[in-house]
Amino acid sequence: MPRDTVTAPLISARDLTVRFGDTTVLHDVDLQVNAGEIVTLVGPNGSGKSTLIAAILGGVRPSRGRVERAARLRIGYVPQRLVLDPTLPMTVARFLSLPRRASAARVDAALAQAGVPDIAGRQMADLSGGQFQRALLARAILEEPQLLILDEATAGLDQPGAAAFYRRIEDVRRETGCGVLMVSHDLHVVMSASDRVICLNGHVCCEGTPEVVANAPDYRRLFGEGTRGALALYRHHHDHTHFHNHAAGHAHHHGHDHDHSKDAPH
Amino acid sequence: MLDDFMTRAALAGIGTGLAAAPLGCFVVWRRMAYFGDATAHAAILGVALSLALSLPVVAGALVVALVMATVVTLISGRGYAMDTLLGVMAHSALAFGLVGVTFIDGVRIDLMAYLFGDILAVSRADLAVIWGGAVLVLALIGWRWSALLTATLNADLARAAGIDPRREQLVLTLALAVVVAMAIKVVGVLLITALLIIPAATVRPFATTPERMGVLAAMVGMASAWVGLRASYMLDTPTGPTIVCVAAVLFSLSTVVSSLRRAG
Repeated sequence: MPRDTVTAPLISARDLTVRFGDTTVLHDVDLQVNAGEIVTLVGPNGSGKSTLIAAILGGVRPSRGRVERAARLRIGYVPQRLVLDPTLPMTVARFLSLPRRASAARVDAALAQAGVPDIAGRQMADLSGGQFQRALLARAILEEPQLLILDEATAGLDQPGAAAFYRRIEDVRRETGCGVLMVSHDLHVVMSASDRVICLNGHVCCEGTPEVVANAPDYRRLFGEGTRGALALYRHHHDHTHFHNHAAGHAHHHGHDHDHSKDAPH
Repeated sequence: MLDDFMTRAALAGIGTGLAAAPLGCFVVWRRMAYFGDATAHAAILGVALSLALSLPVVAGALVVALVMATVVTLISGRGYAMDTLLGVMAHSALAFGLVGVTFIDGVRIDLMAYLFGDILAVSRADLAVIWGGAVLVLALIGWRWSALLTATLNADLARAAGIDPRREQLVLTLALAVVVAMAIKVVGVLLITALLIIPAATVRPFATTPERMGVLAAMVGMASAWVGLRASYMLDTPTGPTIVCVAAVLFSLSTVVSSLRRAG
């Protein structure tokens, strides 16, 4: 995969502190994303993941520290939720052409790359959850971004859907060499797709390869022992060794996000 | 041609409908109807101030509408209960304006003309203001169209594309104040929001893209103005409210047709 660690990072946050009134949401966060790498932010609810994304995009002003972007950085952004007002008519093709007009050929190419060819003429409101998220992805990659930012982009997708979505992201990264920064709750799937995981809880508690983070004490404390399942799945994907003790692992799931016990593979 | 008061009235109505309807699409998409009301009602305070200071009514209305729209924009997004606050501001501005007008000595003012419009009394100067305003608003919205749409969809989506959503909000605020000031003479402050919203709502079922909705809304806005003017002439009814009645009838027809189409 194309990776160039010599060039300057696409974005870097230094000593980033964000306060809303008296509440400190983020403090002393250092983060950088380089071209060609997939960085995933994980953390419990309220750990400041979305705030960090907002600060990087410029929607939240840090009370200390700074965010630096590479010069003329093209960002493709997939929001956590996009609610289209029912009074706003919008075809998929028109949506992909916002804010800059794109030719029909480029729209079709982006949709194909996102895995949803043939929906250009449909209304956004008529799409299924999975198609909608892929349309958002298609719009984000249309302008050939150097950095792709995804904020819980698979919320509302079932696990196979989410896994397929992340495989698309890996494809896009491989094909274009862009950097990817994503936020996810879906630890199982994200673990296998990331080069680097940053565990956030108001500050960066731990950081490293998925395996390092999954074994870190801070991470275990936040997500509980049940995340062994995530690591197992990670190994499963990468080493092709089969773990037959999933059921035993899932018995410990009570400590964290309950969704994972529902949609765990069997 | 402009010597005929009916011609002037028709041109004034068509110009207002043309500018108000596409802007009204954004008002509908962004759920700013109350925002439109607050801005329009504040204009009556501007009318009172203009009369007191012997300034052109349009100037006073424009300035106060602009101040109100800006204040409301600044307050929004700070966590207040917006609909309550807008309701308070809209109706207080209207009440203070109405009370303020009575303090002005020596002028017998037909308040009805400002509340419901007086399109048959449109002068050449009024016409220049209305069409100047219409061109300004259309140019502003046309220029910012894509950025406005992106910011309307999602603020972060706009920021990622290098668009400042607050600047786009300001563009709409400005356009809204201009439309309010130019439409006072046509439909009056109480019915301006109707000209913004009803055409947009009428064409929604028949539009597949935002652009088409804007164009169709402008056509419905202009048609309502012209048909309303003719109807008020024949029926001897107040013109501003008649224009809004025509728009409302078109809206009802559109609702019936679109539900029939869905059913069939």
